[in-house]
Amino acid sequence: MTFIGKSVKRVEDKRFLTGKGRYTDDIKLPGMTHAVIIRSPHAHARILNVNTSKAEALPGVVKIFTGKDVAELNGVPCGWQVDFKNGDTMKEPPHKLMVADKTRHVGDAVAMIIAETYAIAKDAADMVVVDYDEMKAAINMREAIKPGAPLVHDDVPNNICFDWELGSDKAEVDAAMAASHHVTTLEFINQRVIPNAIEPRSAIGHYDTANDRYTLYTSSQNPHLIRLLLCAFVLGLPEHRVRVVSPDVGGGFGSKIFHYTEEALVVWASNQIKRPIKWTAERRESFMTDAHGRDHVTKAEMGFDADGKMTALRVKTLANMGAYLSTFAPCVPTWLHGTLLQGLYTTPKVHVDVTAVFTHTTAVDAYRGAGRPEATYLLERLIDTAALEMKMDPAELRYKNFIPAFDGVKQEGYTTQVALQYDSGNYEPVLKRALEMVGYADFRKEQEQARKDGRLLGIGFSTYVEACGIAPSAVVGALGARAGLFESAHVRVQPTGKVSVYTGAHSHGQGHETTFAQIVADKFGIPLEDVILEHGDSDSVAFGMGTYGSRSLAVGGSAIVKSIEKVIEKGTKIAAHLLEAAETDIEFAEGKWTVKGSDKSVGFGDVSLTAYVPHNYPEGLEPGLDFSSFYDPANFTYPFGAHIAVVEIDKETGKVDLKRFVAVDDVGNVINPMIVDGQIHGGVAQGIGQALFEGAIYDEDGQLVNGTYMDYTMPRADDLPMFEVDRTVTPCPHNPLGVKGAGEAGCIGSTPAVANAVMDALSPYGIFDLEMPLTPERVWTAMQNSDAVV
Amino acid sequence: MHEIKFKVNGEEKTASVESRLLLVHLIRENLSMTGTHIGCDTSSCGACTVLIDGKSAKSCTILAVQINGKDITTVEGLATAEGLHPLQEGFKENHALQCGFCTPGVMLRAVELLEKNPNPTEEEIRWGISGNLCRCTGYNNIVKAIQYAGAKMRGAELPSTEPEFV
Repeated sequence: MTFIGKSVKRVEDKRFLTGKGRYTDDIKLPGMTHAVIIRSPHAHARILNVNTSKAEALPGVVKIFTGKDVAELNGVPCGWQVDFKNGDTMKEPPHKLMVADKTRHVGDAVAMIIAETYAIAKDAADMVVVDYDEMKAAINMREAIKPGAPLVHDDVPNNICFDWELGSDKAEVDAAMAASHHVTTLEFINQRVIPNAIEPRSAIGHYDTANDRYTLYTSSQNPHLIRLLLCAFVLGLPEHRVRVVSPDVGGGFGSKIFHYTEEALVVWASNQIKRPIKWTAERRESFMTDAHGRDHVTKAEMGFDADGKMTALRVKTLANMGAYLSTFAPCVPTWLHGTLLQGLYTTPKVHVDVTAVFTHTTAVDAYRGAGRPEATYLLERLIDTAALEMKMDPAELRYKNFIPAFDGVKQEGYTTQVALQYDSGNYEPVLKRALEMVGYADFRKEQEQARKDGRLLGIGFSTYVEACGIAPSAVVGALGARAGLFESAHVRVQPTGKVSVYTGAHSHGQGHETTFAQIVADKFGIPLEDVILEHGDSDSVAFGMGTYGSRSLAVGGSAIVKSIEKVIEKGTKIAAHLLEAAETDIEFAEGKWTVKGSDKSVGFGDVSLTAYVPHNYPEGLEPGLDFSSFYDPANFTYPFGAHIAVVEIDKETGKVDLKRFVAVDDVGNVINPMIVDGQIHGGVAQGIGQALFEGAIYDEDGQLVNGTYMDYTMPRADDLPMFEVDRTVTPCPHNPLGVKGAGEAGCIGSTPAVANAVMDALSPYGIFDLEMPLTPERVWTAMQNSDAVV
Repeated sequence: MHEIKFKVNGEEKTASVESRLLLVHLIRENLSMTGTHIGCDTSSCGACTVLIDGKSAKSCTILAVQINGKDITTVEGLATAEGLHPLQEGFKENHALQCGFCTPGVMLRAVELLEKNPNPTEEEIRWGISGNLCRCTGYNNIVKAIQYAGAKMRGAELPSTEPEFV
């Protein structure tokens, strides 16, 4: 029986296909009330008065809480600390559950209506009158850090949360840059994008008065950490009396990692009114309050020698934190961005400087890729631009600079200038394969002919390395994480040989129930249907660090393997006893323990039963076959890949038609190719979304101008081509499955490939740099403003 | 309040509803059928798509009173005693769903699409489902799933569901 490496169809599909998925908003508890939150329409305003009297009188309204009612409670904490260059701790202003004095972004919570029905709560919300005194807002980061700019928090001078640097000695980088034969410089905005999981966030708080226990159902990627933060930092509740359940979750993409104020509010308020409370975001609330992604203003310079070898990279970035620090926000532009700026190149000198800025906008945090897409965009745009400037082939320029292959076993891992040691990498083959798939040799001829025919055809490249499964805990602790980054797994073999697996990872579309079951079934040599996976419930799963950063398989899967090994080891003792042989003479394979060189064997089911009916049993051995493990990885994992986009631009309208997208990714060993391809597809689509369609637009008053699906352009089916995907396999040397992680790769590689393709198509116009999203209007305007005759 | 009579997945129902009650709330709250989802408030995402007398409609844009006398199909009504609907099978075989939140709406939209055009091209499928947002799949496998279902419903040879390049 081998399941590892097979495209096993997903076991979780049936419930989703038949309408039986159970998302948070689907849950109805007896006596449940409904909450609607009143949010500030202003980015920056003093709250003069909140008049709730009329709303309170409406029949069916149970209770109304305002910011004053929660003023004594702690706010939601930040889970990652980054210090200023001078050693001072980052500025960490409170993020209250609701605001009483001042609003700091459009969508800041001012009051919560709790009513018998959602409709009554909505009616009551319309009757609440809030008097605001509007003030000027700090929206644009470049303006926000100037003296005299409106302050988001009174005690944060110049709105600077922290400044930070990493890499080679700055003076050496400056000298290497100055000595370079050619320097390519780009100044750009990596625009703010909005994650937009299709399931809006939802939370149900339930205080059980009889048992003094709390339950929070929440659409979270990270239930155990939410419980820890909620109990230890926000409400001061005893953790053993709080259960957090993340049932089926309709996509996350990072936005559901974080501990949100609404989660704490419904839990706290359910104790106040002694009834369960459900809150579900409307989409416009999701736009206003889900943590956003990216939002960097960057100047990046890359030096080359006369042969095209990279000599130095210098990066200066302003990173938007929004109005409050979201759970992992400080980590994203620093340890997940600065550390990836070596890319897969041998650049000898790298320096990055990041200033994190508060603005009167929605908080920014990890969004699919989290820092690595920003790093990759920066590097890959620089390289394709340099190739154009130096009249070199962009693929050749990459080949010239790739780090030579290393497997992390025979050859050591590669130590970068920016604090990482890559585990294993073999970069040439992914680019070579992608070039083959796209037919690069023929493409340039086709492009030449197209240009003669007046058509704008372009090709763009991106080669990336990223970091997943961020760990080990002690290292990330030293980098500022206020949490561990291990994973737990519990493998419970039932007396009949059926297996229940409890993982601290959380699936919200990734198919863990299938992939993890494949591993367990394979290792035990039992049918797939004999394995069931449980996740997302803090009552059944010992502990967990959730799913993000493409960590589930590399970290959570490895924890499962540890428990599997413990089961087999104990099973060997039981089998040796049953077979009357020495343990050293027993081997386990294909679901049975066999005396080496004989046909004497005992099956998985028999050993399982014996463990629970220990009549004929090894002396001194505990009954049962049930093991928990915690796995703390030795290092991050480092997937890599090459993406190539082919576009054609309509001269009349500026519309970019993405004709082909080729992705060759190396995510280490693959358990389920179908699921991995699916992860790549989804990531690629989101990366293309940033390149061509998506981008949050704030006006100068801090209004999110495109805060609905009518206004914010999500990629739709007719915007995208079929994706052409392949992979190479370079196993991770430091985890037992040899896996690296596939959740974010697509989103990291794709954005610069598309942007580069658009620039290649526009190169006859002398256009080398346009800001994303590359909308028809932006492309058309650039063509109109060009003096070139095309 | 208005008394309405309608069918859901073949079953006769009556309900007493407020004028302002949306069909999606009738389905989710009054009928407790939670396979129909709400993903937005602007009729843009299609997660709430159902069939009304065989035509796909976004149930967040229809008032409950408007379905008096009509026949509604939700995702709960797709499978039969014989097994999954060809679209459900196609979605499973082609890994056309990840988180599953948009899936019911996309499938119901595709029911009407295949009814009108049993053998659609890739372009026709993409245009046909462009009113439904999916954030997980990049639509690649949804297109394949609908092609698969179309082939199955026509009795044609089923396309391969193996990954193409590996």
